[in-house]
Amino acid sequence: MTQAKHPGLNLGATHPEAHESSETPAFGFWVFLMSDLIIFAILFAHYVVMQDARAGGPGPEELFDLKSVAMQTALLLASSFTYGMVSLSMKHHDRPAPVMLWLVVTALLGAAFLGLELRDFASMIDEGAPPQRSGYLSALWALVGLHGLHVTAGMIWIGLMLALLALRGLTAQIKTRLLLLGLYWHFLDLIWIGILSVVYLGGLA
Amino acid sequence: MKTDARSELRRYITGAALSALLTAAAFWAVVSDGVTRGTALWIVGLCALAQIAAQLRFFLHIGAHTKREDLYLILFSVLLAGLMIGGTIWIMASLQTRMH
Repeated sequence: MTQAKHPGLNLGATHPEAHESSETPAFGFWVFLMSDLIIFAILFAHYVVMQDARAGGPGPEELFDLKSVAMQTALLLASSFTYGMVSLSMKHHDRPAPVMLWLVVTALLGAAFLGLELRDFASMIDEGAPPQRSGYLSALWALVGLHGLHVTAGMIWIGLMLALLALRGLTAQIKTRLLLLGLYWHFLDLIWIGILSVVYLGGLA
Repeated sequence: MKTDARSELRRYITGAALSALLTAAAFWAVVSDGVTRGTALWIVGLCALAQIAAQLRFFLHIGAHTKREDLYLILFSVLLAGLMIGGTIWIMASLQTRMH
């Protein structure tokens, strides 16, 4: 067992150079993720407090489509798993091709998730539930919308990594960045578990 | 290094299977007719905590081998988040009952 340097998949003895140089970035990135967690925590608290502030507007029963939510959950979980395959093929194959393949699969699953989420957002606007309708809806849009923005940012990041991989191959620096992107992508699935449980399942229970 | 690869793949599969199972259980609690609202909320909450723990362990590899500073950072941030969420809900709920 090689000595783990930081939380997250360690590159270990197979990549001594990238293993050493990724330690400080990984710690810094955890600091970022944890401050991001604080932002989400406040939005979760805000959502719970605002739950009954509907001003006569629609609530969870009218708004949520559990089938679509289940699909989104499955897509995001699958993409978290396929990012695991990105990390593993980076660690054990050390060739750009399998890494890029799994990155593309992850991006496709992320895009399908975003597509369903945007469709739900559009139908909420059609049903007269835009953010400005009530305090409850402002809280809902802020929380779910911020997560959606994070996924969008993650997709852009995946696109950039694909371009860099195609241009430069698997350098030590790119390995470190892929490691950080992995932390980010898994973290987004953790936040989604919270949104699923508090917003969707909690609202319809 | 080959056994290393296989055991790491098994970790990801375990994590994904556990997550899928816990998600299905949470959905079942909400959809099925036999479960009361209170029970369903407990099941959803416990499944969520278990799934977060499972993903931290199997996807983010946080555990006994994690370096101390990183673990402290994560635990302290979770403590802060818990205080802010719990405190906000407590104060606002108390305020609401007092205003009626």
